[in-house]
Amino acid sequence: MTLTSEAGTAAVDTSRHLLAVSDLDRSQIDELLDLTDTFVEVGQRNIPKVPALRGRTVVSLFFEDSTRTRLSFDTAAKRLSADTMSFAVSASSVNKGESVRDTIETIEAMGIDAVIVRHRSSGVPAQIARWTNAAVVNAGDGWHQHPTQALLDAYTARSHLGDLEGRHVAIVGDVKHSRVARSNIEMFVALGARVTLVAPPTLLPPETGAWPIEVTHDIDHVLPSLDVCYLLRMQRERMDEALVPSIREYVARYGLTARRAEKLQDHALIMHPGPMNRGVEIASEVADRPTAVITEQVANGVAVRMAVLFLLLGSGRHRADPEPATDHEPESVTAPEAAT
Amino acid sequence: MNSDRRWLIRGGEVLDAGGRRRADVAIEDGRITHVAPSIEPGDAAVLDAGGALVTPGLVDLHTHLRQPGKEEAETIESGGRAAALGGYTAVLAMPNTTPPIDTAAVVREVLELGRAAPCDVHTTAAITVGRRGEQLAPMAEMADLGVRIFTDDGTGVQDDRLMRRALEYAAGLGATLAQHCEVTSLSEGTCMHEGEWSSRLGLQGQPSEAEELMVMRDIALARMTGAKVHFQHMSTAGSVAMIAAAKAAGLFVTAEAAPHHFTLTDACCAGYDATFKVHPPLRTADDVDAIARGIADGTLDAIATDHAPHPPEEKERPFDHAPPGMLGLEYALALALTELVDERELMSEDEVLARLSWQPAAIAGLEHHGGPVVAGSAANLCVIDPTERWTIDGSGGASLSRNVPYVGRTVRGRVRHTICFGEPVVTDGKAMR
Repeated sequence: MTLTSEAGTAAVDTSRHLLAVSDLDRSQIDELLDLTDTFVEVGQRNIPKVPALRGRTVVSLFFEDSTRTRLSFDTAAKRLSADTMSFAVSASSVNKGESVRDTIETIEAMGIDAVIVRHRSSGVPAQIARWTNAAVVNAGDGWHQHPTQALLDAYTARSHLGDLEGRHVAIVGDVKHSRVARSNIEMFVALGARVTLVAPPTLLPPETGAWPIEVTHDIDHVLPSLDVCYLLRMQRERMDEALVPSIREYVARYGLTARRAEKLQDHALIMHPGPMNRGVEIASEVADRPTAVITEQVANGVAVRMAVLFLLLGSGRHRADPEPATDHEPESVTAPEAAT
Repeated sequence: MNSDRRWLIRGGEVLDAGGRRRADVAIEDGRITHVAPSIEPGDAAVLDAGGALVTPGLVDLHTHLRQPGKEEAETIESGGRAAALGGYTAVLAMPNTTPPIDTAAVVREVLELGRAAPCDVHTTAAITVGRRGEQLAPMAEMADLGVRIFTDDGTGVQDDRLMRRALEYAAGLGATLAQHCEVTSLSEGTCMHEGEWSSRLGLQGQPSEAEELMVMRDIALARMTGAKVHFQHMSTAGSVAMIAAAKAAGLFVTAEAAPHHFTLTDACCAGYDATFKVHPPLRTADDVDAIARGIADGTLDAIATDHAPHPPEEKERPFDHAPPGMLGLEYALALALTELVDERELMSEDEVLARLSWQPAAIAGLEHHGGPVVAGSAANLCVIDPTERWTIDGSGGASLSRNVPYVGRTVRGRVRHTICFGEPVVTDGKAMR
């Protein structure tokens, strides 16, 4: 299943980039999640570092500020021994006139292997992939996709529940404006789960009829059958857009309150991409329950991003520089298992 | 007689509102002097029309020439050249320039600059001052300079009362109001059609109703005022149905559609290439089908290009921030023949030419354009090779911009010569100036 199909005109080699969950087939997802296991183990060592990407340069290019995601990618790259650069583009410097294309071409001229892109506009990572030879990893674009978030969520869910085939996942809240939701729908469906979107009609994408999912406006109806209750961040500005009357009414209808959480099965996971609005989409005491695995999601983020970077850069699938490095032939990249 | 002023279009088949006939066409001093099956050239220069159609020049009701104000995207001269290469002998410039065409002074400037262009440049003018939808522009003063169509194109007149008054006032001038139908409160912040694709791509969509609500209102106001309304770049099945009903009810409404709206769907946006961003947006396959059928059955009177040049750096912005619009002047004829005649088999070549030439000429009140091809008419002609197949490239042709959404598409029908007031401005597919 794909939510972003290849019907577009400009072909981008999806095997070189990670732009959307739909770039990955089931076996690649499994490979990434299995590899994540290995990197979680690396993270627990005294020196949580392997030389897999030594000599490679990974640049984070964040047009929209996100300290959490940038730190997570940065840590992942450093633990793989890559050289890292951070290019934070403030809105003002974009307004000075430098185009995204000029920015990426400037950075590429410094010699880079991968670029991690965050932008508030949907599609910018796909545009950048047309303009660079480096591998492009989408770290969140507009309302579109955030594939590494979906990978870390799937990893987290799988580590508690095992195989997700047939498991019931609800994604609750502002799906319409959520790249996390779009990525997670694709991810959980790819892993065989049953996905239900729970939101008022105004916070759903306008047309989901062709999507392999169910939709309900009644959270209480789905809670008892869930294995994963995935809550999305509710932004106060949605009230100004006449999408919900008030936060109070949203909480009353869709918030995971303590009373509602009682309806969940004991094993059901409570997940959230962060940052949480305690008391809005999730009650504070619910967020602190043992089945709420929100900080675990963050912790797994580093390992998942190590797996993504390793697969895109470390296994010889990609080099921006056609000249192979003399000390690290792609074939001889040190496997994490063998590293110390 | 200077042979520069005498031409003979020889060996072609004349096609105009009166039908087809094998005929040569003699031209002298800007006028057609003789149309007959076989004319000796004498000292006239010969333009070969063997195997070709000789038609009245095409007329574009909807051209963004970008001058004044955006000369890096297009000038009246470069846009006029693109028009001539596309077979057009007349274009109507849209008023969303900087400054906007909302005063007699700017109308004069555009018409003056148009004299240097290799086609007949007419201009529309704004309905409201600054196209802001607040206060009527000096329509009578601009009508005195020859403006026959007023529009705030790029935006629709939102205020109901103002639109009513504009219609009433324009009727008194014998002018037509043309509307870009888009209800701002439903379209603000949107960058593509609202539907399955916008949902997948995470882009803010514009519902069909943003267009249809204004079509509905303006039909009601046309009924109320008895004034003429022309609907620009219709894009939805619902709009076509409402216009058909309004025409059946005897209202003075006309409508146009752009080539991209009978050729491309919203799925084209999947790669986030802003070349495919346009207002109104590319719609669904059902809408494309309805537009094509509406052109064929005459509900939509004209094919108008909405030629909208933008420089590459602006089209490379993030999709939601890139400007809307695409080129059309050099592709409209071939796209219509290919899509509407060949692929969909909805209409004849003759009917396509009606939608591209004499029907838009009638809407714009351009008496020197749109034929018929008879002695005494102004020599505004287009010679089309209807069999030539060619592949559209991304060069942008004569336009200063390159936002071509049809790259790689093979089409049928190519302009061989364009004659504007007796001057061959395009011969053998090459612009002469």
